[in-house]
Amino acid sequence: MAQITLVEAVNLALRHEMARDADVVVLGQDVGRDGGVFRATLGLLDAFGPGRVIDTPLAEALIAGMSIGMAAEGLKPVAEIQFSGFAYTVIDQILNHAGRLRHRTQGRMRCPMVLRTPCGAGIHAPEHHSESPEAMFAHIPGIRVVYPSSPRRAYGLLLAAIRDPDPVLFLEPTRLYRLFKEEVTDNGDALALDQCITLREGTDITLVSWGAMVYESLAAADALAAEGIAVEVIDVATLKPLDMDTILASVARSGRCVIVSEAARTAGFASEIAANLADDGLLTLRAPVLRVTGYDTVVPLARLENHYLPSAERIVSAAKHAMTFS
Amino acid sequence: MSLAAHFDIQYTRILDDSGRALAPLPPFAKDAAALTELYRWMTLIRAFDAKAVALQRTGQLGTFASMLGQEAIQAGIGSAMTAEDVLLSSYREQGALLMRGVTMKDLFLYWGGDERGSHFSGARGDFPICVTIAAHATHAVGVAYAIKLRRQPRVAVCTLGDGATSKGDFYEGINAAGAWQLPLVFFVSNNQWAISTPRTTQTAAQTFAQKAIAGGIEGLQVDGNDVLAVRQAMDTALAKARGGGGPTLIEALTYRLSDHTTADDASRYRGADEVAAAWKLEPVARLRAFLTQGGAWDKAREDTLLHECNAQVQAAVEAYQNEPPPALTQMFDHLYAGVPAALQKQRAAVLAESA
Repeated sequence: MAQITLVEAVNLALRHEMARDADVVVLGQDVGRDGGVFRATLGLLDAFGPGRVIDTPLAEALIAGMSIGMAAEGLKPVAEIQFSGFAYTVIDQILNHAGRLRHRTQGRMRCPMVLRTPCGAGIHAPEHHSESPEAMFAHIPGIRVVYPSSPRRAYGLLLAAIRDPDPVLFLEPTRLYRLFKEEVTDNGDALALDQCITLREGTDITLVSWGAMVYESLAAADALAAEGIAVEVIDVATLKPLDMDTILASVARSGRCVIVSEAARTAGFASEIAANLADDGLLTLRAPVLRVTGYDTVVPLARLENHYLPSAERIVSAAKHAMTFS
Repeated sequence: MSLAAHFDIQYTRILDDSGRALAPLPPFAKDAAALTELYRWMTLIRAFDAKAVALQRTGQLGTFASMLGQEAIQAGIGSAMTAEDVLLSSYREQGALLMRGVTMKDLFLYWGGDERGSHFSGARGDFPICVTIAAHATHAVGVAYAIKLRRQPRVAVCTLGDGATSKGDFYEGINAAGAWQLPLVFFVSNNQWAISTPRTTQTAAQTFAQKAIAGGIEGLQVDGNDVLAVRQAMDTALAKARGGGGPTLIEALTYRLSDHTTADDASRYRGADEVAAAWKLEPVARLRAFLTQGGAWDKAREDTLLHECNAQVQAAVEAYQNEPPPALTQMFDHLYAGVPAALQKQRAAVLAESA
């Protein structure tokens, strides 16, 4: 067992699955010789050759579109978009084609592809490198949206995404790429693609988050625990299809829920979870469902970035507000 | 200054407007049976097309995109490809799909508003009709890449209209196809109109074929109303691709004799004179004239063929109309390999609401 970072876990999962399944190919800008701009595909070119580790022209729609063609031919493409801010041009391909191919052919064709992209703010990156587009993708029928928050979960969820017979958008929290290490066993075990993961149990309040915000939520849970508040922390991990059962069961016990998301607030994925709680969990609530989110602004550049991002302090503050309802 | 690069676009036609051979016939065209088979398909496609429009006009079909005037393109593509090749088509190459094994009933179902129409009774590896313009140029790159990676003797054929060549996906597709020298044929049907946008507004480029040069691939132009020229260009491009020679872009000059779709009224933006002139160049009459001049065709055979085609189309209409309606759950059941738990509730709801 080795202690590795999240980006190394992504690499490990790719390597594992490429060795296990000759149909898996990796493609994207600079994924070959350069090993990817974050080094997620480091060493794969040497291990598997240029036929299966493909440096593409600089063309995002092509990367997504050709993945669809490859998938229809029985390959399992794992494509990389360098930053999620560059992923908007592929929405046409994902929405109109990848997510529809199986349905519109009534099962005649399938589209087992993974589109990986670094996601989120917090690394003081240039413009267009800090976006959180998960809600836009979660709105698309026929695809899965997966968003790991630790090395171990990145490994298990990426294996699951590659093995899944349908298109998966795999969002990788840039901020966590090298923030901490975790023991990951390269045993090929995939995680479930339709289950939230309860990271910490507690009966006073439920914190729900995904991606880098899980890290902040855990820090907030520590601070709250020090004040005697028992926090349940749920990593949504697989945003679509959404496992509301786990969240509803937790909130039924705690009666309080704070949802944390670094994306813009309006029509964000936190709103979707809150709406589901209103539909199916209202009578178990003891306090209003609160959202701690990014603002409805463009993600600011480096100097204001940390004022935009939800922090552990903001989460603690929201949680304490929820605790005032009894 | 010196010349950095120089390019030419070749134009080919074999039959003139009145169906006389201008050039030596390619080998396949010396077989009268093969030519009458092409003619049979072109006639059937036109009969299918006319019936589809009639069904739409009488409320028995949804919006339909006609291929009227572009039958030589259907027959040239459909007859040249092998069953193992992959066709990625727009909505105006349904005739080529028919020749590859998709049935008229499938297409009626599709335009009649039923996803089962794209389940395809034949041509099971072909893509469903691409409605969003040029998106499939990138899919074709992926198909061709997979073919090349596996060293298979197959070719992907991507058919587009003239308007599609203005889109980014088209450029991304031809560029990648050239960079990787993929077994891929781009076939651009230049029918002069993208709904109401004429060819002259679409681009200042002298030809659409020359856009291939930007991707480093061969581009050529043929008379798209001359089935012999279309077929010959397809044969050459397919053989080249199969032999590892890389991609080709074929521009076929033709004319959209129909409205864009049954929801369009082309008289709003183009004159009757232009359409009348284009009718004089149409491909079915041209091949018929050629066959008749060579003694391979006559009125009796024509009457018999029309009767057979109409009967075939009518049988397909009946099969379409007798198809039981889709299950309500059809909208859920093939969205994913299995219905996810989160969707089960919605699936149950649609059933409950109709109970």
